[in-house]
Amino acid sequence: MTETPAIELKGITKRFGSVTANDNVNLQIFKGKILSLLGENGSGKTTLMNMISGIYQPDEGTISINGKQVSILSPKDAYRYGIGMIHQHYKLIDVFTAAENITLGHGSGRLDIEETNRKVKEICDKYGFKIDPRKKVYDMSVSEKQTIEIIKVLYKGAETLILDEPTAVLTPQETERLFDILRNMRNDNKAIVIITHKLSEVMELSDNVAILRKGKYIATVETSKTSPKELTDMMVGYSVSLNINRPKYIGAKPKLSVRFLSCRDAEGVKKLNKVSFTAMGGEILGIAGIAGSGQKELLECISGLHPVDSGEIVFTPDENTRIDLVGKSPTEIRKAGIGMAFVPEDRLGMGLVGSMDMTGNMMLRSWKDSKNRKSPFIDKKTPEKLAKEIWEKLGVVAPSTSFLVRKMSGGNIQKVLVGREIAQKPSVLLTAYAVRGLDINTSYTIYNLFTEEKMNGTAVIYVGEDLDVLLELCDRILVLCAGQVSGIVDARTATKDQIGLLMTKSGRELKSESIAPAGGR
Amino acid sequence: MANETRQSLIRLARREQMKSEYVWGIRIGSIIFALLLGCIPIMTTGNNPFSGFATIINGSLSKPIYFRQTIKIAVPLLGCALAIAPCFKMRFWNIGGEGQITIGAIAASFFALKIAPEGSLPHWGLLLLMMLSAAIAGGIWALIPAYFKAKHNTNETLFTLMMNYIAIGIVAYLQGGPWEGRKGSQIIPMFKSSARLPDVFGVHAGWIIVLLITATMHIYMKYTKQGYEIAVIGDSENTAKYAGMNVERIIMRTMFISGAICGIIGFIIASGANHTLYKGVANGVGFTSITVAWLSQLNAFVMILISFVLAILSKGSQTLQTRLSVPASVSEIVTGILLFCMLGCEFFINYKLIIRENPITGFCEKTVSKAKKICSKLISRNKSNAKEA
Amino acid sequence: MNILNTLITLAVAAIPFATALMLGTTGEILCEKSGNLNLGVEGIMYIGGAFGLAGAFAYEKAISAAGHIAASGEPASSGFIAIVIAIICAFASGAIASLIYSFITITLRANQNVTGLALTIFGTGIGQFTGEYMRVKQGGFVSLSNHLKHAFSTNIFGPLAKIPVIGPILFGHNVFFYLAVIIAITIYLFLMKTRKGLHLRAVGESPATADSAGINVTRYKYAATTIGGGISAIGGMVYIMTTAGATWNHEGLSGVGWLSVALVIFCIWNPLKAIWGSALFGALMIMYLRIVVSSVPTEIYKILPYVVTTIVLVASSMRNNKEKQPPKSLGRNYFREER
Repeated sequence: MTETPAIELKGITKRFGSVTANDNVNLQIFKGKILSLLGENGSGKTTLMNMISGIYQPDEGTISINGKQVSILSPKDAYRYGIGMIHQHYKLIDVFTAAENITLGHGSGRLDIEETNRKVKEICDKYGFKIDPRKKVYDMSVSEKQTIEIIKVLYKGAETLILDEPTAVLTPQETERLFDILRNMRNDNKAIVIITHKLSEVMELSDNVAILRKGKYIATVETSKTSPKELTDMMVGYSVSLNINRPKYIGAKPKLSVRFLSCRDAEGVKKLNKVSFTAMGGEILGIAGIAGSGQKELLECISGLHPVDSGEIVFTPDENTRIDLVGKSPTEIRKAGIGMAFVPEDRLGMGLVGSMDMTGNMMLRSWKDSKNRKSPFIDKKTPEKLAKEIWEKLGVVAPSTSFLVRKMSGGNIQKVLVGREIAQKPSVLLTAYAVRGLDINTSYTIYNLFTEEKMNGTAVIYVGEDLDVLLELCDRILVLCAGQVSGIVDARTATKDQIGLLMTKSGRELKSESIAPAGGR
Repeated sequence: MANETRQSLIRLARREQMKSEYVWGIRIGSIIFALLLGCIPIMTTGNNPFSGFATIINGSLSKPIYFRQTIKIAVPLLGCALAIAPCFKMRFWNIGGEGQITIGAIAASFFALKIAPEGSLPHWGLLLLMMLSAAIAGGIWALIPAYFKAKHNTNETLFTLMMNYIAIGIVAYLQGGPWEGRKGSQIIPMFKSSARLPDVFGVHAGWIIVLLITATMHIYMKYTKQGYEIAVIGDSENTAKYAGMNVERIIMRTMFISGAICGIIGFIIASGANHTLYKGVANGVGFTSITVAWLSQLNAFVMILISFVLAILSKGSQTLQTRLSVPASVSEIVTGILLFCMLGCEFFINYKLIIRENPITGFCEKTVSKAKKICSKLISRNKSNAKEA
Repeated sequence: MNILNTLITLAVAAIPFATALMLGTTGEILCEKSGNLNLGVEGIMYIGGAFGLAGAFAYEKAISAAGHIAASGEPASSGFIAIVIAIICAFASGAIASLIYSFITITLRANQNVTGLALTIFGTGIGQFTGEYMRVKQGGFVSLSNHLKHAFSTNIFGPLAKIPVIGPILFGHNVFFYLAVIIAITIYLFLMKTRKGLHLRAVGESPATADSAGINVTRYKYAATTIGGGISAIGGMVYIMTTAGATWNHEGLSGVGWLSVALVIFCIWNPLKAIWGSALFGALMIMYLRIVVSSVPTEIYKILPYVVTTIVLVASSMRNNKEKQPPKSLGRNYFREER
């Protein structure tokens, strides 16, 4: 291939503090081609693309556009070079209309919104989008917001489009529509990069695949000349069998039973709709689903942080005792003697206090109990000891236990959080995206800790996004779809396809037939 | 475009932890810088800034009577700073110290005016009653904005501020109405001696109360469960809820405590310093104490030092006005500059500037690394010298 | 008819006060639209008041020192020039003060609340210092001549003000009122009808979004805060020159700056609403002079605007409309590489 690449990266390195996010990466992006940038969570895909779109600047290395070396210092520069990125977290302004968002950053002088509306319409017709330019963003669905993001980039005249995990939040139908649009753009001779870790999408959509692993560039291959097996090997570094240890706990007993649980968010939108399941002590119950299907609300309802509309949550320490958790605050749950541990998704904003050291964070669970419950003074000795223990046992990389948690790396932050939660010796352990953004080693440490808990007879609930992990770590998997349980499957026998189907509405019909036996208790 | 190029030469990154000697070095450096800037207004009046600062020190510390007056200024400053510290720790911007002090003073004055003449209570009993009522009144006054903050997330900064004007308005009404002494004088009569705080070492006993509050507040913030709750809420309300804390109740409780301490300060000012009640009873203390609290990084013991420094500035600048006819408001200017510098210097503690490798600026990087080497050499030499000594 | 007359006098009397509030509020709206909560408005207005007075005063001194006395014995100082000088001095000093705030919060990323309070302390200090300094220099009294005082507060439409009912309400005011209204309308048009205005609103809603759209967040924040501060400072000058009688006294601004900050919430960040909002508050401030209610003591009556403000604060915190919220990033600093 002698064609000049639209964008060429050479020897790109980027560090954040002591973490190297990208290490000497080389990459070529061509016009009229769809390139998949494949890699696990935390392999540095997004960081790399952020450097092309001017959000970050590389510490080392060069970027060339159409063969000419350039430096992209800001998103504005990137647009000048015809590069547009659609971020995973949409950068839209809620109180603006679609057209206002799309035209943002252009020109000066009078704002002629009618003119903009017309231009937006043109782009829509060309590629097959369907949106109303006058609609406010806060009234839009996720997929509509994504559409705005893409039009925004096209409106700016981008020749290279970078999409960061575009399908993570879409239903299969929406994904299909997006892929059609992307193919239209390819035919229009645009260069397209999609960041993903989903192999099926890579195989279906792209012309070339570039693989990153732990921030390092591995290779670029033509999609037609490779196989999912080969790709995973390159992505993970060794054959994909994750080899998560999954022992079986003998004599699992029901610990937590949820019946017809419903709840709404602050805006009154229904988030959970008649969710029912039983979590067993001595089992890891996985929860799968498209992001935002009610996972967060489910865990928060159980832990007493989210108000419940209707339904029941019953904790059964033994066969004869039933404790209703609905309406109980976290403190009351604790007072009732229930060990409820919760590793929330938002680690620093919810699970930990960033501006305190490890000891201060250990106190978060123990601050109310001191030797004398009524004493106004806080007990620092016990948490200090616990902090030391976790620091040593889990290998938290920090100079001492008095190092501020905020200044630790993501993996260490999570070790502190999980370590503290497990130290409570819980009967129920709730976890949400516990390995997001962590390196493989830390992820395995976390998996092992959860499995250990399971073998202690704890009911572990694991909300995850990586289906491979869910299938290898969990005993059963509950699939949520738009706030409803679309199925509960046996993780040892279920397949990825089966879960994938359940995650979307189309899978709901399956519920009554094939899945019920596996989930029935 | 020029701007963008500049961005590229100097880039920002969050710092990991910085050594504490550097941290304090930067802070002390910024104080010195602030004092240098403070010379400018003195110079504009045609005076030598050094003689200006000398006059300030002279006028506030050189004679026992000056010193006692300085202490009198420092006492309410320290007290009010202690009061707002827990609020600020909680990220609740209580700038209603002024009003809470005033309301406390009103409550105390009520008993001073109504009960003292009867003589039905012993001296200490009356004082205790005045102090308690001041604390409760100040606390309730602070509870009003706290309630709306907790329930409806009403902007507390403006709410507490408006409460100041309302409180001061009430005093103005009392002054010209029901509590007026001689008709038409617009003045409330002086308290009877039984309603006055006694002097200890020449200064009213308020200083003892405030020092007691200092120690208590230090313990409260550092070693109690309630102090811990406040710190967690200040970091993240979600985390606090996660840990089972009742955020609404804690906000209200903390504000009550804050208002109560301000109320006590109001009692101290009315009963100890002024022996009466008038509109200007708080006299800006509620605002200046914010400076004290922030400059001392909410550390109760550092507050003693800072409030004393600001009191020196305030007392000394009065002398500055009479001797060198430099307006006394120079103390506010210097206070403002001090605060600016201290706020600004945190940036150099939390962030580092990275100078990029670039054909043109490669030079910069080399110079910086050279300078760093020389510095570290000097430091190590100093250290070894110190060891030898 | 009597009630109508009272209302008209009330409206006319309220305007000087309302003008200061309107300018203060409009300036702060511009600033807050960029996501900067500048609590230093009181200080900025103080500075504007002191420097505006100082500028006009220096001008008058310079003219009389040059010995220009017109044949009729009228002083040669021109009211128009004095007004322009006062506006320029106030705007420039306010802009510089806001620049300090901008540097500390935008570049050095310090807490906006505390920096704003520091600016209030600093600004009050500078204002008092300047006023006192002039007073000492002048041997105890700083005041413009009656001739100039008149120029600052006279109505500019002259005879038109004599038209019954609408005359005094529409044409009976000093030049600053019309200036303030024009500024408020201009800022409204800027925010809603121009691209730069759209960009500024975007910066205030979500700097990260604006940044990724290629908008220079820092530059917009600086510009909005500085210009907004300048406008607020003109408000301070207007207060000193009209309501306070173009004389420097210790009373200063008695919280006009703070009321302006509160009014921003009342007006839902809309400069057009600031026009009638400040007229309403101006009326509240002077109502005790015009509409006497014998059962309410004056001093309690005077508290009214502050009480109304607290009620407004509570009421607006209860409203739950997505369009009527503060700029989303208000009070937060932006750091692009935050991770």
